[in-house]
Amino acid sequence: MFLIYCPYCEEHREEEEFHPKGQAHIARPADPEACSDKEWGDYLFFRDNPRGIHHELWVHAVGCRKFFNVTRNTVSYEILESYRVGEQPRFTAEHPEGRPVETVAAENVTAKAEVVERQEGVKA
Amino acid sequence: MSEQTATWFNLYDARPEAEVPAESPLAWSYHRTGRPAVSQKSRVVLRERAMLGHLILRGGAIVLDEAVRQVLGFGLPGRPNTLTHDDGGERSIQWLSPDEWLVIVPGGEEFVLEGRLREALGDAHYAIVNVSGGQTLIEIEGEMARELLMKSTPYDVHPDAFPVGKGVTTVFAKANLILRRPGEERWELVLRRSFADYCYRWILDAGAAYTIGVES
Repeated sequence: MFLIYCPYCEEHREEEEFHPKGQAHIARPADPEACSDKEWGDYLFFRDNPRGIHHELWVHAVGCRKFFNVTRNTVSYEILESYRVGEQPRFTAEHPEGRPVETVAAENVTAKAEVVERQEGVKA
Repeated sequence: MSEQTATWFNLYDARPEAEVPAESPLAWSYHRTGRPAVSQKSRVVLRERAMLGHLILRGGAIVLDEAVRQVLGFGLPGRPNTLTHDDGGERSIQWLSPDEWLVIVPGGEEFVLEGRLREALGDAHYAIVNVSGGQTLIEIEGEMARELLMKSTPYDVHPDAFPVGKGVTTVFAKANLILRRPGEERWELVLRRSFADYCYRWILDAGAAYTIGVES
């Protein structure tokens, strides 16, 4: 059994239910028309291939069908954390031991408030 | 964005008239594979509850919950992977994802229910899809029901991990389906019409050791 934590289902699920979807945190250029060919090409085709900590996008394909992020060590294959889309990772290349939980939580609260502000027009 | 929300919807009753014969997704399986009779020795019993009304609700939890309470009289399950029932246990709502719920009601009710929900929701941002024709519900009951599931799904079905009132979408015999536990020894499988025959034959095979019987 190889279990992965789904941050939306809030429990560990069998690996069979998930699919990896490549590198996470790739921001689409705000103004694609203003991009040079190189910038646009980098955005579309070029991906990091780090040795060590890597942030990946995964989807809980058989389950809640939500996309979420996973921090994985490409050397040991260890999954260090999984977190929702829009949140920031605790484990990064600069902080392989993990930043304090409170710091990350505070950052995520701010980010969430911004998202809500942007969505204010949506009646949900 | 709310200006762009459609205020009209195309709602029609997908259920055929009484004179058009409708068959359950398992009709062909009963015909070809047969159904073992329930006997004294049966420690697992399979029962199909065909032609129920299945609706998928999508949208924000708060708005949907309000509308559902108003129309059905009981609320949405708020916690992930949980299930709520009405007092009679005939109608249920299951959490599928943070913005998606599955409503199952007795067959024939879903058309009226959909209309009433749409009325209650007004111009909120939501979606309702009638998926009654696409899936069916199979009940597995008996002392060995859990053993049968343990052979078929990687999900932990131990009572500690899977209490009554839980429901998950998971892998079952390499296909996927919704597994729910409304009662102590009763399990419900909500599966796709296209997988129904395969899953039925899988369950018969897995249940042969427990002399599985199929109730008609």
